[in-house]
Amino acid sequence: MSISTASNLTSKRSPIVVGFLTMLRKETSRIFRIWSQTLLPPVVTTSLYFAIFGTFIGSQIAKIEGFSYIQFIVPGLVMMAVITSSYSNVVSTFFGAKMQRYLEELLVSPLPDWVVIAGFVSGGIVRSLLVAVLVLVVSLFFTHLVIFNVLVIFAAAFLTSVLFSLAGLVNGIYAKSFDGINIVPTFVLTPLTYLGGVFYSVNRLPVFFKELSLFNPILYMVNAFRYGFLGITDVSLYTSFAVMIVLILVLLALALWLFKKGNGLKS
Amino acid sequence: MTDSHVDNGVPALKIEHLRKVYASRTGATGAGHEALKDVSLTIPSGEFFAFLGPNGAGKSTLIGILSGLVVKSSGTAEVCGVSIDANPEKAKSFIGLVPQEFNLNWFETSLEIIVNQAGYYGIARKDIMPRAEQLLKDLGLWDKRHEQSRTLSGGMKRRLMIARALIHEPKVLLLDEPTAGVDVELRREMWEYLRTLNEQGTTIILTTHYLEEAEQLCRQVAIINHGEIIKQGTVKSLLTSLNFVTLLLDVVAPVSTAEMTLVRDYPITKIDDMTLELKLAPGETVNDSFRKLTAIGVQIANIRNTGSRLEEVFINLIEKK
Repeated sequence: MSISTASNLTSKRSPIVVGFLTMLRKETSRIFRIWSQTLLPPVVTTSLYFAIFGTFIGSQIAKIEGFSYIQFIVPGLVMMAVITSSYSNVVSTFFGAKMQRYLEELLVSPLPDWVVIAGFVSGGIVRSLLVAVLVLVVSLFFTHLVIFNVLVIFAAAFLTSVLFSLAGLVNGIYAKSFDGINIVPTFVLTPLTYLGGVFYSVNRLPVFFKELSLFNPILYMVNAFRYGFLGITDVSLYTSFAVMIVLILVLLALALWLFKKGNGLKS
Repeated sequence: MTDSHVDNGVPALKIEHLRKVYASRTGATGAGHEALKDVSLTIPSGEFFAFLGPNGAGKSTLIGILSGLVVKSSGTAEVCGVSIDANPEKAKSFIGLVPQEFNLNWFETSLEIIVNQAGYYGIARKDIMPRAEQLLKDLGLWDKRHEQSRTLSGGMKRRLMIARALIHEPKVLLLDEPTAGVDVELRREMWEYLRTLNEQGTTIILTTHYLEEAEQLCRQVAIINHGEIIKQGTVKSLLTSLNFVTLLLDVVAPVSTAEMTLVRDYPITKIDDMTLELKLAPGETVNDSFRKLTAIGVQIANIRNTGSRLEEVFINLIEKK
């Protein structure tokens, strides 16, 4: 071992921008490096949904507000893939970093907490939006896409991916074992997604179940996204976006507080 | 990212009344474990300093607080004049940490690990490449730059953690048990590397329970036990505080119990059949004991030092407590 003269280290960009881009690059390269675990499974799963529920069963179901059943479920299934991908990406990368202790690389660095949070969330956003595009491409093999408002489509997908990335991060912070990162997706996320209007319009439910569904936040995301494609929704578009933004702010505040306190992160 | 190593008299580290109480596992209040008890300390810039102490003494907790991995219960700490409370980001930018446990991403390559770490300190990829190459070469890891960290040996992982800690040119290098589990040859090489680094201006603070390590490397030592600093000073001053010197005598033939009875009035104890220990208080000479041993027919083949003299100071202090 020998020592060389130290170089003069400077960068033109702001340290915060460099730090964030480093995390974004790291997260993105991981997604592509293990694409068979990150990108392929949701494409295979939704293809099966398209084939079974859309083509085989859907052909026997009456049109919903003028659209075929498969056209009706495509936005919901894409949103389901967005929710699952964003959540699972962040919860697994964060918990992996915590268990292998390389999260300490970030905790000892001068990066502010919000940049570290943004870095992890960026991975969830990239993966879920990539999955959304792939699933939409696959859906073209089963039906033709109707697009009503691109901006609403993008905004709903983006905000949903941010929201569930933050939820995955909070889960990762609290989790103490691998069981801890599986309980929420299995027992909370999946039931809420299936009951969130992916496969049906809540307007067709009995009043009690319709009103109960209004407490399910995923209903608002699915409907906002579906509005972007088909121009129809079971709930107000403004309410949908308000629900997403409020939940994002709540989860962001919780994540920042947990980082500041060091709960689940520091001794 | 950090400025020059000239610090105009600002200490590298200033700790006042630092205290850490870990909450009890049951969550009961007031029943936690007090790992650090009101520790105060100043380490000048450019120092080579060691925290010495047994396992569980509070050394890693102290390093953890300074580097942002442990939340202190009370007290203050400044790194290069910057408070870890008022400006934690700035204070952290001065520090490079080599932790005790391996904390490398198994699936990242050596080069990726240190380049990403530079990114977290605000140094862009293209700007850090020359230094990354040089550091990996200096630490003998350049050939392994494209290897995932999980494939590296323990010694290589340890060196990679040093490269990662140094990538942003920290003013203060914190090493928590840097040579734990490292073979003798690599340990000597690491000592040499750290010595040169210190000569170039980096303040080095390490924790160790290898007393020889502190004796070989450091100018200043603080002995810490049960969360308290029980002795602090230069290695030289601690050694002069020794109130005895211990020598080991290898004998030519086995020493019998009867022979030991004859030297019971001398500071001689039997370690095994072929080894005796001679403990001399200040002012005592070896002559009296040697004369007696010769008189009863015990022939001495060799005289050895017990090893680390600092160890004797350490044991003396710990036993006193």
